Amino acid sequence: MEALVAIAIGTLTAVGIYLALRMRTFPVIVGLTVLSYAVNLFLFTSGRLTQNRAPIIGTSDVYADPLPQALVLTAIVISFGMTAVIMIMAIGGFLESGHDRVNMADAAGDDETGDAAGEERA
Amino acid sequence: MMGHWIIAPVVLPAFVAGVMVLALRSDLLLKRIAGIGSILALNGIALALLWSATIHGPEVYFLGEWPAPFGIVLVLDRLSALMVALLAALALPVVLYAIGSGWDRKGAHFHPLLQFLLMGIGGAFLTGDAFNLFVFFEILLIASYGLMIHGGGSARTRAGIQYVAFNLVGSSLFLFALALTYGLTGTLNIADLAQKLPTLPEGDAALLRVTAVMMILVFAIKGALVPLQFWLPGTYANAPGVVAAMFAVMTKVGAYAVLRFGAVVFPPELAATGSLLQDLILPAGLVTLALGAIGVLGATTLPRLVAFGGIASMGTAFTAIGAFTPETSSAALYYILHSTLATAAMFLVADLVTRRRAHARLTEVAPPIAQSGLISALFLAGAVAMAGMPPLSGFLGKLLILDAFRTQEALVWTVVLASSFLMILGYARAGSVLFWKATALEVPAGRWPREGLAFSATIALLAGLAGLTVLAGPLTDWLGETAAGLYAPEAYIAAARLGEGG
Repeated sequence: MEALVAIAIGTLTAVGIYLALRMRTFPVIVGLTVLSYAVNLFLFTSGRLTQNRAPIIGTSDVYADPLPQALVLTAIVISFGMTAVIMIMAIGGFLESGHDRVNMADAAGDDETGDAAGEERA
Repeated sequence: MMGHWIIAPVVLPAFVAGVMVLALRSDLLLKRIAGIGSILALNGIALALLWSATIHGPEVYFLGEWPAPFGIVLVLDRLSALMVALLAALALPVVLYAIGSGWDRKGAHFHPLLQFLLMGIGGAFLTGDAFNLFVFFEILLIASYGLMIHGGGSARTRAGIQYVAFNLVGSSLFLFALALTYGLTGTLNIADLAQKLPTLPEGDAALLRVTAVMMILVFAIKGALVPLQFWLPGTYANAPGVVAAMFAVMTKVGAYAVLRFGAVVFPPELAATGSLLQDLILPAGLVTLALGAIGVLGATTLPRLVAFGGIASMGTAFTAIGAFTPETSSAALYYILHSTLATAAMFLVADLVTRRRAHARLTEVAPPIAQSGLISALFLAGAVAMAGMPPLSGFLGKLLILDAFRTQEALVWTVVLASSFLMILGYARAGSVLFWKATALEVPAGRWPREGLAFSATIALLAGLAGLTVLAGPLTDWLGETAAGLYAPEAYIAAARLGEGG
């Protein structure tokens, strides 16, 4: 089971990093989401892999560690919220600039504020 | 003994922000009053905490009365109290400037987001638990995402997406590091980690080194250390000026975390990591400083110039932190106090200029701006502070750092002094384009409202720098004791009262 979980985490991380390096916001967001799945799995396994055990001390010799479960729950909620935020910002950026490229330099000149290096005025 | 007051810097802004969002939604005046009131109260609490930490030493607060290594704790010591006080002291001029310049009118949620940001940063400074540090990082980041795109605009939103994406990767890295730490030691309490890491079996040393480097990478992202500084210039230059000024303390969260973890959790005495962190952070700090100085010289717009000045100041701070000795850390703390206020003041001056000027570019001359006399004087004072020239505290800060590096003088002194020279050139060039060459155009200056409050806030920050300069003697003594306590964490560990309930 260790090998299976390790391969799953590794694959998810690789996919996440690859997608996060893409040039459009949508693949980037998908990549960040996949990366958060990988890290959640990793966090979950940091309490060691156990099967069919209660997370309560004293019920048996081997018990499931409850703390990583609490940590991973927190991490899931946070990454869920963050995904929602970046999604809204990506939609906002798309609606305002008419494209969803991640980079700031605009060779096409479709952005009237130029290279956006602090030039736009309040 | 502060008891429940230790959590007040977290609870107070959270409560005020909630009230603002729910009850004061459409009333800007009430939001302004609540915002200023909350920040004034925060200043009072921060000073009381600072007094208590100085007199009574470190103190722990058990959240929900759970016993120490299992529940979450906040630990108040001199360093965390100092950083909270710095945060509160910076927040007051920033909120006054936002009101005076009308920035808070450009979106409905400026004040609540600022309160949430204060909550996150204050919590990050106070927490004694590594996972809780992650949670407070996320709180401060999500508030900063909102503030970053405050006022809207396509360039700002798209710079915001880059900023969010970069930080989400950083958060994932932090979680990987935390999971490794928990897998290795079974604890995430900072004091407990400091106790358990030296007793770790030798076979885990390699994993521990990986964990330490990943942690430091996360904090380096927050602190804009080379090669993880790419998010900063675009973010700070595109954020509203007043928000960028508040962000000046956010990079210091990274510096604080590096100092706390490097001194308490992975100290130089720890056999598994040894001088690993020094070898990474000290050169990276020097490169950051050099890159920031070159950026100041080559920046094409005024906000980018200030952002690179901020990177240079983080480079100086990380150089001093990276040696991980009490002397250099004490100098680093003084420099952190100075550079937070100086960078914030400079961002406010940049905002005063860019709102009045026809464009923010430094490559072309624009007609003279309204009130250019006073603004140019403020620019001069800010540039003197940022470049580290006498008489302001930047000079003293760099002097303390140079003095602390007597053993490695050749490399550190050269980089610090050469980069100061580059920065003086950069600021002088910017000042002459902004204020001198403009007068040659013989166009009358534009008209602009007086904005007394905005100017007062900027002057208050510069006055803070003057205060740091005047009080440098007692302050460095106090910081010296703080740094010494950081490298002898027995009091901190004892205060965390491991194994006890509240």
